Amino acid sequence: MAFDYSAYLRDGKIPHIWCPGCGYGIILKSFIRAIDKLGWNKNEIVVTSGIGCASRLPGYVDFNTLHTTHGRSLGFATGVKLANPNLKVIGLGGDGDMTAIGGNHFIHACRRNIDITCLVFNNYIYGMTGGQYSPTTPKNAKATTVPYGNADNQFDISSLAIGAGATFVARTTTYHAVPMEKLIMQALQHKGFSVVEIMAGCPTGYGRKNKQGSPANMIQWQKDMSVPVAKAKDMTPEEMGDKFAVGVLHQEEKTEYVEAYDAQVGLS
Amino acid sequence: MAKDIRFLQGNEAVSEGALYAGCKFYAGYPITPSTEIAEHLSGSLPKVGGRFVQMEDEIAAMAATIGGAIAGQKSMTATSGPGMSLKMENLGYACLTEIPCVIVNVMRGGPSTGLPTGPGQSDIMQAKWGTHGDHPAVALTPSTVPEQLTETVRAFNIAEKYRVPVILLTDEIIGHMREAVEMPEPGELEVVDRKVPTCDPSEYLPYKPDADDLVPPMAAFGSEYRYHITGLNHAEDGFPSNDGKLAQADEIRQQKKIDQAYDDIVKVEEFMCEDAEHLIFAFGSTARSAKEAVQKLREEGIKVGLFRPLTIWPFPEKHLEKYVGKAKTVVVPEMNLGMAIFEVERVFKGQAKIEGFNKIDSEPINPIEIMETVRRVK
Repeated sequence: MAFDYSAYLRDGKIPHIWCPGCGYGIILKSFIRAIDKLGWNKNEIVVTSGIGCASRLPGYVDFNTLHTTHGRSLGFATGVKLANPNLKVIGLGGDGDMTAIGGNHFIHACRRNIDITCLVFNNYIYGMTGGQYSPTTPKNAKATTVPYGNADNQFDISSLAIGAGATFVARTTTYHAVPMEKLIMQALQHKGFSVVEIMAGCPTGYGRKNKQGSPANMIQWQKDMSVPVAKAKDMTPEEMGDKFAVGVLHQEEKTEYVEAYDAQVGLS
Repeated sequence: MAKDIRFLQGNEAVSEGALYAGCKFYAGYPITPSTEIAEHLSGSLPKVGGRFVQMEDEIAAMAATIGGAIAGQKSMTATSGPGMSLKMENLGYACLTEIPCVIVNVMRGGPSTGLPTGPGQSDIMQAKWGTHGDHPAVALTPSTVPEQLTETVRAFNIAEKYRVPVILLTDEIIGHMREAVEMPEPGELEVVDRKVPTCDPSEYLPYKPDADDLVPPMAAFGSEYRYHITGLNHAEDGFPSNDGKLAQADEIRQQKKIDQAYDDIVKVEEFMCEDAEHLIFAFGSTARSAKEAVQKLREEGIKVGLFRPLTIWPFPEKHLEKYVGKAKTVVVPEMNLGMAIFEVERVFKGQAKIEGFNKIDSEPINPIEIMETVRRVK
């Protein structure tokens, strides 16, 4: 029998605001299936977000949901978690939200290793405002604010997360809907700060400007550019080129922040 | 039983007030001259089962404070001017989403980094108008170290009772001075907790106000009430709405919620005002000098009184209106180039001579300067 998403979607809130062909619906479904598999109590789940297309996701899911200010998702999430560590906290946002205006909060949440799962929807563009270049827009790509092509360098979100101290980091794409579900599950189960970078197509804001064709072509591109972690390890930088590794990129055991704090101050 | 009297620094008194009020979460960022509040609470909060976090910046500190309040704890942050500017974004979020929390601004001098170790009173208007959009503002201005404690308790009470962020607008002088504080016994001061919903969770509308106080009951995340909070204008169910009429009605309701609570929120001290022909309108540390000026001028036979707001926002206009037509002059000393004076002028509508005394040189306004101003304009 097909999976029944309605148990997790709020009545009357669908259709969502995302454009036809947007990859975010695929992420929403994988996220819901991951939560379902874990069997978590909805009352204990908190989803925070910032501003942008990705950040509208919390409005659709039947949990405690907090749609905050631009880039600040993880700041709010940190307060929620510290005030009630029993809650299962997920902070999400897009590439611009999480790594431009929210970059400081992102790296420090990684460093702190607080038990929050961060989902970054990476579609290379500011979609909500109509397609301006973001910190992940590839060099030479076009966007409404780089009409001559992008001169700026690109952030590698997963590397940034690993470098900043996140203890679980994975990358996936909307082509990999089923592996994505498993990676989100792993991230949610990980004790510490976990990041899942999810490559998603924005046909309206990015694909159209960069002649990437239909949404289906953009998903095909994700498939073609993805290299499983195990295989990528044996490839030279030249062989990898613009391709990216998908799967669990980094995982380590490290004391989680709230537990460390409580032990330090004698609260536990 | 012997009274517990302590020689506390003003900033320490704020922390003691927070603990008395039941604060269980503090998120902050170091900044002079407010840092002692963070230092105190980092040590004292865990002892009452609370948590402290030093965030990566002032923006995150404000965000985390709001997050803590949403998760059900009484939450606060403290800062000074430059930090307050950064907090404005999420302060606006707390306004629109009606999240109770306390923000302490220990005012220092100058715009930008300014005079970090000097006092100022230049954030009066920022406290009301700093964050964008229309919203009610509540700001308290204590003048003594004991009041730093009691007004912090009151700040939490107002925040929880009316679901608003409350600013404790103090300054470097009171923040750093030491005075004897008689510690209140448990139960001696009123402590208010937020109103929580009692309806069936399936019927909970997080932004449906009660008819009398216009305050919607607030459920904590993690309770059986699952709901959505957004910084977008929203309907009673908490979900975004583009309906401008609805947005207008909701913002008017929020303003009215505070306006109609004037008698409960606004507190003033009227010192020797009864027969006063001349008023001094002063708040915060400046009011300390003003009080001495009143006493000395009275010895000279000048009928002068001190009108001291402990609540600067909402502006104590109903209290001040009593003196319209009675006071011939009003002197407004403030450590800025003239801010509260505009509100005083608005209340008096030309029916008194209003004169400011302003200083931004990092020195307190002294009683002699106020006395000279009163003598000159009376």
